[in-house]
Amino acid sequence: MTQTQTLNPSKATTGREVVLEIRGLDVDYGFGPDAVRAVSGADLTLHRGEVLGLAGESGSGKSTLAYALTRLLRAPGVITGGEVLFHSRPQGADAGPVETVDILAADAKELGRMRWSELAVVFQSAMHALNPVARIDAQLTDVLKAHRRHMSPAERRERAVELLRMVGISADRLRSYPHELSGGMRQRVMIAMSLALEPQVVIMDEPTTALDVVTQREILEELMLLRERLGFAVVFITHDLSLLLELADSIAVMYAGRIVERASAAELFRAPRHPYSLGLKGSFPSLHGERVRMEGIPGAPPSLKSMPSGCAFHPRCKFAVDRCKVDLPPLATPAMDRIDGLPDVSAPTPTQRVSSCWLHDGQQAAPDALALPFPTPVHLPDQVATAPNGDTASGADRVPSSTTVTHPTLGSTS
Amino acid sequence: MRALLRRLWFYLVAAFAAITLNFFIPRMVPGSALQNFLAKMNTASLTPSQLQALEAQYGGGHQGLVAQYLTYLGNLFHGNLGMSTSLSTPVSTVLGNDLPWTIGLVGSATVIAFLVGTLIGVLAGWRRSGLLDSLLPAATFFQAVPYFILASLLMLTLGFYGGMFPTGGAYDTGRFATVTPGWNGPFMANVIDHAALPAATVALASIAGWIIGMRNMMITTMDEDYVLVAAAKGLPRWRVVAVAARNALLPSISNFALSISLVVTGSIVTEIVFNYAGVGREIFNAAQAADYPVMQGILLVVTFTVLGANLLADIVYVALDPRARKVA
Repeated sequence: MTQTQTLNPSKATTGREVVLEIRGLDVDYGFGPDAVRAVSGADLTLHRGEVLGLAGESGSGKSTLAYALTRLLRAPGVITGGEVLFHSRPQGADAGPVETVDILAADAKELGRMRWSELAVVFQSAMHALNPVARIDAQLTDVLKAHRRHMSPAERRERAVELLRMVGISADRLRSYPHELSGGMRQRVMIAMSLALEPQVVIMDEPTTALDVVTQREILEELMLLRERLGFAVVFITHDLSLLLELADSIAVMYAGRIVERASAAELFRAPRHPYSLGLKGSFPSLHGERVRMEGIPGAPPSLKSMPSGCAFHPRCKFAVDRCKVDLPPLATPAMDRIDGLPDVSAPTPTQRVSSCWLHDGQQAAPDALALPFPTPVHLPDQVATAPNGDTASGADRVPSSTTVTHPTLGSTS
Repeated sequence: MRALLRRLWFYLVAAFAAITLNFFIPRMVPGSALQNFLAKMNTASLTPSQLQALEAQYGGGHQGLVAQYLTYLGNLFHGNLGMSTSLSTPVSTVLGNDLPWTIGLVGSATVIAFLVGTLIGVLAGWRRSGLLDSLLPAATFFQAVPYFILASLLMLTLGFYGGMFPTGGAYDTGRFATVTPGWNGPFMANVIDHAALPAATVALASIAGWIIGMRNMMITTMDEDYVLVAAAKGLPRWRVVAVAARNALLPSISNFALSISLVVTGSIVTEIVFNYAGVGREIFNAAQAADYPVMQGILLVVTFTVLGANLLADIVYVALDPRARKVA
């Protein structure tokens, strides 16, 4: 049962096996003519043990996307298209047969079984995510009761103690009520709870936004250690791009319901290709590095009811050209990042960086700020060997096109 | 626990204030029980010794107010509520006869209305705009209709024309009665048969409140993050609803305790229409006969019921909501 914990951490994090695939996901709010599209055509791929960041302003559809893929959307949210494939590997068995479930097509029973045991969620507000009238132990053990029928009450209690210890809370807190805990402790309980069944994927919807920065840092570091130990993959939703640059392996930037750029954290950090990513990046001060003028993004995100024609970002974009106002740019590999011999740019591989911007269609030279060079692994194969996760041993079996897993800042401290 | 003791102290003070008011208010009203009695007497002649005897029985004006008050407190302490001027029996006996009927009738009707209404409310809130929601206007209609019309309506349709239930009384009496009062099966069945219509009146008139209150709380609570978490945990659906219902129930509990206090008085109209031998009918009769001791006695019972119900609400709330356990 605890086999996953004893897994070799490097093995758990290096696998490039896909665990969650989202294809063309459309989510509407409301029905009929009043419906607004909150997420359209979202494609995402989450690899086993990977941290995938979802970034964007409020209202960009990142939380809606996360709730849709767990089918937890509240009315009037409706999933109108696409599929979410979960490639589940039996627990404990490393090389067991992979079972694929289409979450959007699963019936209630299947969904109930999958939830939490394979796909857990940590919500933004720890203040409200715990049932105020139930004790911590009851909230930790009810999942075990529902999913692990064979466990005895004593075993469940033992597991609850173990879970709390994992997040640094002493066992005497088991009998506490949520209101007797601090905000940070509550979020820790929430994280412990999400790991109760050793899920393969944990979705975190702004898990630390409601906390002060010190607690935030503590919890995130703990979380990353736990992830290395237990090997679960994380979908990390936040508006804080600088945070994502530290902890995510790859990042998808959302704007007005669409994914506008998808790249590895390092790529996005060093060389953003979409003007919106650039704007987001410029909105957060960096603690290291030279002083730069904070720019932010002028204007406000569009209302979903009256979306601009063409690229939704063009009214706020300082690089916008005429074509941006008319045609919607496809999510494609930027011209400058295309690798010779891979002609099919309209269907990039999941690990290839993509950006939805006309400036990168190869017809003109992209503005300098969006055309910073970023070495791809294919040109610099030695970079695989210097990846900070200690997975140099497995570097040999990597395909050349795989992106490098790097933590620009956190990587050096871990 | 300390919080509860402090509450208890508050309730003692409130009870004492109620007892004191209950003593002074009738004494501020012009006239007296004795005068009322004399006014109703048909015989014109009354010997001084007879008058003295009556004065002794109804409490004359020989003592000062303070001494009377102390006597009143002493009597109350011994459960002596005085004599009914219209029935010539001790008030405690009158109340002892009436209370079980009222508590049985209105109490059970209130509890049933609360339980059924809350359950419907939970289901209606969970399945918003479902079939149960369309039931709401009917429920509110029954609440909006005046009590006595609803009572008469039920009596006419189901009782008189339908012939399904008896139209009055608490049990069969008179020549054709086949039951003997006591704890026996046929009599209990007869009592339930008689209580059906008045209980239905009380329940129908109050159930909409429970349904709507619970439904609205349920809708609010279903939107809470912890309910979403319960669903995300993959708990069985009824467990998710239970999490929401458990939290949505809290305001209803206080309302329920408050409605208990109406059990004793809220039944006046129902009891009169159905000629039901309870406290409601008694206070109506006592008011007509200017029977102050009975009215005082009933007032006292009502006051104590209200206080008791509130205390109960406090205790239950503290038991159900851990956040209320902190000493404020």
